[in-house]
Parts: sequence; structure tokens; C-alpha cells
Amino acid sequence: MKYFEEKIFKIIMIGAAVIILGVLVYIIGTIFYKGVPSLTWDMITKVPSGGFYLGKEGGVLNAIAGSVFIIIGSLAISLLISIPLVMYINFYLPKKSLFSNVIRFSLDILFGVPSIVYGAFGFALMVYLGIKVSLMGGIITVAMLIMPIMMRSLDEVTRLLSRELPDALLSLGSTKYEMTKVLLRQLMPGLMTAILLAMGRGIGDAATVLFTAGYTDNIPSSLGQPAATLPLAIFFQLGSPVEEVQNRGYASAIILTVIILILSFSARYFSSKFSKNKI
Amino acid sequence: MRKLRSAKDQTARHFMLGTAIFVILFLLVIGFSLFFKALPIMKEKNLWLLLSSANWKPFKGDFGFLPYIISTLYVSLIAIIIALPFSILTSIFLNSYASKSIRRFFEPVVDLLSGIPPVIYGVWGTLTIVPLISSKIAPKFVEFSTGYTVLAGGIVLAIMIIPLLISIMLEVFRSIPREMTDASLSMGATKWQTIKKVILRKSFPGIVAAIVLALSRAFGETMAVLMVCGNIAQIPKSFFDACYPLPALIANNYGEMLSIPSYESALMFAAFLLFTIVVLFNGLSRFTLNQIEKKYQLS
Repeated sequence: MKYFEEKIFKIIMIGAAVIILGVLVYIIGTIFYKGVPSLTWDMITKVPSGGFYLGKEGGVLNAIAGSVFIIIGSLAISLLISIPLVMYINFYLPKKSLFSNVIRFSLDILFGVPSIVYGAFGFALMVYLGIKVSLMGGIITVAMLIMPIMMRSLDEVTRLLSRELPDALLSLGSTKYEMTKVLLRQLMPGLMTAILLAMGRGIGDAATVLFTAGYTDNIPSSLGQPAATLPLAIFFQLGSPVEEVQNRGYASAIILTVIILILSFSARYFSSKFSKNKI
Repeated sequence: MRKLRSAKDQTARHFMLGTAIFVILFLLVIGFSLFFKALPIMKEKNLWLLLSSANWKPFKGDFGFLPYIISTLYVSLIAIIIALPFSILTSIFLNSYASKSIRRFFEPVVDLLSGIPPVIYGVWGTLTIVPLISSKIAPKFVEFSTGYTVLAGGIVLAIMIIPLLISIMLEVFRSIPREMTDASLSMGATKWQTIKKVILRKSFPGIVAAIVLALSRAFGETMAVLMVCGNIAQIPKSFFDACYPLPALIANNYGEMLSIPSYESALMFAAFLLFTIVVLFNGLSRFTLNQIEKKYQLS
């Protein structure tokens, strides 16, 4: 009897796992099925022409470029803060200090703050600082969103680093700063994973850039200009009553999905490399 | 030379300390600035009235958040109810039954599900779930439904929170000491009995924390929900009515609000409400999870 119950539950469990896998395949499949017919070279290489939103020619290069600019800018800002912070909690503070616990706890909470709240706060901040809806605003807001992601993921791999190397470096007379520089090189694959994870989240998020980066048909040429982004391009194209424009929305969704797939798999590649180094 | 080295060391140390203080202050700054932005509307209207009135006419100065709050709750609860069984079953399977290669295979699946952007979930939802509800499910219960409903929002959200639930539950299961399950198995209990009587019971607080965390994620999800929920400011009477969750309200109205000052303040109040609830939920569940981790690390 007790084996019978186990068997039934095992089948249900496998069923649940298969359904989750199926849903993932279904999502990606649906996006590709709907988008492939409208996916042309023009989509990736041209900006929208005059009649784009009526179904005439053009592409979403403006959105791709905008997304890339925003993610590069916000990566730079968040790296500048994340790396020192993670090094500080792991190598400067004592192993179980209250301060590092407080920092980690704040990171956990910042990680959970919804992107729409970052968007609203970012907009309020921009009004306060006198920044218009622009590439700059988008970069700042997305940086807020991806910073906790990057810090947490970098912190996780840094914690795994063995204590021997730091001790060896210190006993050879290096200062803590010099030690940190050497250790950072050890952490390269982990840092790459953190960057790729943060990129994935930042590129795909629409709610943060909705009021901060604006939307434009051109490729922004300075920080003060508004910038289009891929998720918003998808959203706006889907809202159009013209069928061709909607179809191009699906094609844009493919572009975004492919970017996410690439980022996700490369993150996995780097993290597996890291664990190999460990063993 | 030596001076330069130690000067560099000192500068770096101060900069690092600065970033640490920045991160802690950042949370407070967000909270306070949203609060001060929301203050005008809270002064103008009674707080209780804001939360309990269903009257939403911004151009007449009526701001009742009840429809939005109820919509958010409904959608999130449906999402949890759908996502929970799948997540628990899958995590138990991965933790106790699956071979190493299956576990390896499943990791990227969970990764990808959590990596897919909300807007893609939204596109998928409008393409598949919405028509499914309007043509197949809803006609069995109600006369007419557009498909852009509470249920559609709940289903899409459920899929979005499954990866979060699975990864936290796997961590919780892993924190259970090996001796405990071994003791149960060596007493002649089957694997399934051990799961029921030891693993699930032992990890109950962790599972609750995971649920709270997933709920707070569901509260704040914007884009996907906005695309499938219908966005009509009403208190939904059934699962087949359209609804209008708080994040969607903020996202849809932010651009045009600047003409009416109290409208801006009202939307900031919505953001503040969302922020407070999410921080509270997150704080509680993270605290519980940290506690669990610590307890078993020491022993």
C-alpha cells in the first residue's frame, strides 16, 4: 500500500515537471511561430520609416540600439558600485559581522522591489534633478534595477572562494587593496555570470524605462535624447490596430527572446566554468 | 613607495565603505521620497477612505484604491494557488527522485523561465491564454468574457513565479540535515513517507517564506499583467471579469498625470503602498530563510 501511494505521487511529480518544461517550450514556440513570418533583415538593420506604424517599411534598430546603450551605461554604473561593495563585505569586514548582515539583508530587499517602483522613483528623482526623459534617465533607473541582482550574484561566488589565497597574499605583505585586485582576477567567471544575469534582467524590463527613457524613432546620439527600448517597442507595436505592425511586434519579441536565450546560456557557461575551477 | 601603497589602500577602503553605506541608505531614500511624494494626497484625504473607497474619478478628485487593491490580491492569489502545487511537486521530484542528469537538465529550464522578460510573457498570454479563456473556459461559466480577465492574469503570473518558488524550495530542502532523512529511511520508512513526514514537515517555515516571497513578486509584476488583465477599474465579481492591478495603474497613467497635481500624488501613493507591502513581505520571508540557513549551518 505504501509503495502504491509513492508510485502515484511519483507519476504526479514527473507530470508537474514535464508540464513546467512544456510551458517553457510552448512559450518560446508560440513566439517563434507567430514572429518568424515577419522577421526580416530590415527589422534588425533599419529604423522605422515614416509610415512604419501604418505597416510600411522599417525596423526596430532604434529600439535595439536604445536597449544596448541603456544596458551598457547602467552596467558601467552598477559595476562601479557592485565590485567595491562585494569586495568590502567579503574581504574587509569580519566573516560574521552585523554590518555585512545588514548590507546583505538590504540587498535581498532591494532585489525584491518591483521594477515599476524603481521606475516611479527614478522618474521622481529625474524631476528633482531636472533631467528630462532621456537615455540618461533610462540608464540611471535601469542601473538601480540591476545593481542588487549583480551584487547578490557576485557575492554568492565570492563567498565560495577559499580562504587560503587571501591569507597567502596578506602574509606576503600585500595591502588589502592589492589582495583584492588579485582575488578579483580569480573571480572573473563569477563576475561574467553576474554581468550576464544583470544584462538579461535589464534588457527585458519595460516598467523601469516606460517613463524614464521615453520613446523615439531615431537612434539616440547623446545622453540627453530620449531612447527607444526593445520591450517597449514590442508593447507599442502590439497595441497597434494594424495587423502588419502587430506581426512585427511578434518579430521584435523573437529578437528579444533570442537575446535573452543567448545571455542566459552564456551565464550558465561561465558559472559552470567557475565551479570547475573550484573542484 | 610604501606611503603610496597604504594611501591607495586607505582610499579604496573609504570608497568601499561609501558604497556599503550607499546601498543601505538607498532603500531608505526610495521609501522616504515615495512617502513624501504621496503625502499631499494622504493629507487631503483620509487614509482609510483612500484604501476603502471604490470611487475612482481622478478628474473630480476622487481617489479610491479599493478596485486596484482587490484586483492585485485576486490576481496574485490565483497565481499562488496555481503555481504552488506545480512548484512543490517539481522541487520534491528534483530534490529526492531525479537523477543527477535530470537535475542538470532542469536547471537551465528554471533559469530560462525566470529569465524570460515580462513583456514576452505578456505577448504569449495574449496569444494563447486570453483566447483560450474567451472561447473555451469562460463560456462554460459566464455568458460572455473578452478573455482579458483576472484568470488570465493569474495564469500568466503563476508561470512567472514558478521558477522563484522552485529555486527557493530546493534551497530549503537542501538545508535539511542529511542525518534526519537517513534516520527516517533506516527505520524502514519509504522515500515517500520520509518526504511527507520529515522533509515537508521540517521545511514548512521555509515553504511559507517562499510563498510570501512569491506573493510579493506577484504584487509588483507590471507589464505581463497589464497586457492580459483588461485594465478596467472595477471590483471584479468573478474570475472572468477584467481587473486593474496597482502596478498597471501606475504604468498606464504616469505620463498624463502631471496636469493634475493630486493625481500625481495619488499614483505615488500607489507606488508607496506597493513598496511598503513588498518590503515588509520580503523582509519577513528573507529573515525566516536566513534563520533557517543559519540554524542548520551551526549544527
